[in-house]
Amino acid sequence: MRMANNNPLKIAVASGKGGTGKTTIATSFALSIINDISESLLFLDCDVEAPNAHLFLKPQLTEEKPVEILIPEVNESLCTHCGECAKVCQFQAIAVLGNKTLVFPQLCHGCGSCTMICPANAIQEIPKSIGVLQKGTAGEIKFARGVMDIGEPMAVPIIRQLKKWVAPLEPQITIIDSPPGTSCPVVESIRGSDFLILVTEPTPFGFHDLKLAHQVAKDLQIPAGVIINRENGAFSELEDYCKEENLPILMRVPFRRNIAEGIAKGRNLIEILPEMSASFQNIYHQITTLVK
Amino acid sequence: MKQLVILSGKGGTGKTSITAAFANLAKNGNPPINAILADADVDAANLELVTRPKRLESHEFIGGEIAVIDPNRCHACGICEQVCRFDAVIPPDSSQAVYRIDPIACDGCAACVYQCPEYAITMQPQKAGNWYHSLSLYGDLYHADLIPAQENSGKLVTVVKQNGRLRALDTGAQLLIVDGPPGIGCPVISAVAGADLGLIVTEPTPAGSHDMERALQTIQHFRIPALVVINKADLNREKTAEIQNYCKEKQVEVLGEVPYDPLISEGMKQGLDIVAYHSTSPASQAIKAIWTKVLERLSLLGGAS
Repeated sequence: MRMANNNPLKIAVASGKGGTGKTTIATSFALSIINDISESLLFLDCDVEAPNAHLFLKPQLTEEKPVEILIPEVNESLCTHCGECAKVCQFQAIAVLGNKTLVFPQLCHGCGSCTMICPANAIQEIPKSIGVLQKGTAGEIKFARGVMDIGEPMAVPIIRQLKKWVAPLEPQITIIDSPPGTSCPVVESIRGSDFLILVTEPTPFGFHDLKLAHQVAKDLQIPAGVIINRENGAFSELEDYCKEENLPILMRVPFRRNIAEGIAKGRNLIEILPEMSASFQNIYHQITTLVK
Repeated sequence: MKQLVILSGKGGTGKTSITAAFANLAKNGNPPINAILADADVDAANLELVTRPKRLESHEFIGGEIAVIDPNRCHACGICEQVCRFDAVIPPDSSQAVYRIDPIACDGCAACVYQCPEYAITMQPQKAGNWYHSLSLYGDLYHADLIPAQENSGKLVTVVKQNGRLRALDTGAQLLIVDGPPGIGCPVISAVAGADLGLIVTEPTPAGSHDMERALQTIQHFRIPALVVINKADLNREKTAEIQNYCKEKQVEVLGEVPYDPLISEGMKQGLDIVAYHSTSPASQAIKAIWTKVLERLSLLGGAS
């Protein structure tokens, strides 16, 4: 069955706790619905610190673009060491010591404030690489991801530039694989999504972090649903919470050693349990009705 | 005083489960090690769920500041929007005649504050979370909750660690055990700073080993000696062998393998680490052997300081 949709959805997958199965679910979801939709499908790996979706989708990466931020470079022959730049910098990334102005590139957020404020026009901005964006295809799925350079602290600009880079030219459904946690990189990844799939596991760790991730969804006013992964008997607190919060449980994936072993070998869920494919298609239908 | 940081790159490989077991072994092992615990995963702090802490102190954490535009002073010139590189300035629309700041998008750089010709923009501090000093089953625990969707988790990690460190120095503790966050970015870099030893907990999956390599490179980038533990090692023997070979090639010691043990999550449901829940289970025994080696590598055995 082919579905038409005038308002192609952006669906993000997050969890709070790491390792609950975000990437497994997101990639299996993409592979399940690709033959069931009329729009094109874009898969966006926003976990730029630990990008793993390519391990399951095995895309051919054909395009690459560096992610750069602009950092200040001080022309000492023009600099009067007045210290205005250090005064406006909120991140202690530039300092004046005697008659030398020092820049600490790792601390710089690339905001340009020092350059704009400098009364001697002694600062020019130079690009500094903090990661790379890559694009390609995995079968019919369009794929893009960001990869942060080792030792760089800031994931957010990479995610922001990744999302701009792939800004859709044609109607397409987007699946976003978000990083773990609940802070700024997660917010940047899921902002603007129409729906958030929260992948959890029925353990105290999984449940604790699910509530935090759900709070992010509420703050951003993104409707959400839950997939319970590795379900092994009832975990009543989780069930009660979903009920109280009107959080639909979209799917339950059982806890079985053979699934864990299959995933350990790099297989996705629908290779291990082909019948899950229909469930993922159902979830897609359910989401289209939930966001209306 | 030594600092041990537990990392993984990929989330969910078992960092916190192993950290909690280490904390138990520090307190109750032979010889006992006087250790302070710090949970540096402030986005999703879980160490408290298996160490039963009683909260002794609670403190507000003020993170960064964000820009706020005074609507009475804004003349809607739009300079703030031009200078903002974080798409955080919302232009006037039918609901408001002046510019506004999107608090979630604002990076706190203050560029707009200094460029606004009407001085209409100020920086306002944001409460980003709380941090706590607690008494856990295994001694002092420093931990925190970041308010969901807040920034500056790296700064909060630093606050948690600093306080743990000061406590360790005050009490003459031998070791600070830091349970690190996943990833390799800002909070990880804060967690790693000043460590004597980094222990990477990985799992034999494609994602686990891929991210272990990135975590390893990050630790080595900061010139901190690194060791590896392979958790759930029997889930994929082939991949475990690959990780062993990779580490050998990179001259990184693999301290041991922990078998896949469902008792770990059973214990977690009771609020206990695996050693407390089932001290002779296969995972407990493996972790005990690894702990002894960690102490050796930190020179905390045999009377050395």
